[in-house]
Amino acid sequence: MEKPNLEYIDKLARGDESIKNTLIDVIKTEFPDEVEEYNSSIEKKDFKEIEDNVHRIKHKFSILGLETSYEKANEFEKNLREHNLDNMQKEYFEQTLLDISLFLKTI
Amino acid sequence: MDCIVIDDEQMARVIIRTLCNEIKRINLVKEFSGAIDAMKYLNENSVDLIFLDIHMPNFSGLDFIKTLKDPPKIIFTTSDPKFAIQAFEYDFIADYLLKPIELPRFEKAIRKAEKLQLSESKVETKKEAAVKNDFYVNIDRRLIKIDLSTIYLIKAKGDYIDIKTEDKNYIVHSTLKKIEEKLPDSLFLKVHRSYIINVKKIIDIEDNSVLIKKEVIPVSRSNRPELMKRLDLL
Repeated sequence: MEKPNLEYIDKLARGDESIKNTLIDVIKTEFPDEVEEYNSSIEKKDFKEIEDNVHRIKHKFSILGLETSYEKANEFEKNLREHNLDNMQKEYFEQTLLDISLFLKTI
Repeated sequence: MDCIVIDDEQMARVIIRTLCNEIKRINLVKEFSGAIDAMKYLNENSVDLIFLDIHMPNFSGLDFIKTLKDPPKIIFTTSDPKFAIQAFEYDFIADYLLKPIELPRFEKAIRKAEKLQLSESKVETKKEAAVKNDFYVNIDRRLIKIDLSTIYLIKAKGDYIDIKTEDKNYIVHSTLKKIEEKLPDSLFLKVHRSYIINVKKIIDIEDNSVLIKKEVIPVSRSNRPELMKRLDLL
């Protein structure tokens, strides 16, 4: 299974530690809020809101090099647009959220 | 270029800011998390370029561009390739960047926006020329006024151009390309890489040449369709 990494952030920072730290700080601040919003939309079973949250969060997947998770999030999002909440896709998505949360604690 | 970014995701805005900082000629003046605030800002300020996310809650990037009266150049920044065709329906869209955006691709998008801006300013120059009846040329440090309607032919001659009018010829240090930008499309046409003619002065056309005054001017094959389009054929 793929693991989150900082390759893209490193490429963007081009060796500048302050840029790298800024980017990491933003992701560390923004990601937990996005997860909270996602969970709240799941509770409400609001398809449009879940879709919007999945869409916003999946960008973090690509930033952290999680290509497979990103593709799976795309499929999840597409099904949500058709008001279809696929449980396996949901579980995979939520596992990725957990993996990222743990990874962010290590950096 | 002054620009703004509109994206509901903070990380996306910070990435755009980081990329803009790498390109000195780009000046990111403001960041917005929603389209409504950006609309208010644009009512009182103008920018050259907008980095615009498409998928935003409440008011999408595609809804936003429909509200723009005098749109600047737009570069879409999105995770969805599915909107690409729809986005390019507008001629002020410079590019469509898929997230996550990397510097080389970002630089390319900026170059596209600059090119689009430049081609529009050339069109503006041409439009201005269309309402003018004359222009000035610099010959031996003298600025000489030439009435556009009197010009029947402009010929390239190395680093110079020969402007032929009803009563006089002027040799000017310039290029056909430069002068072409100043001439109104309604009157002038480049028929060959070395010749621009005044279409109103054509006497006749035969195969791949036109007769203007007493001069036979070649017409290149690629320019012939445009020339035929300009003629009032019975």
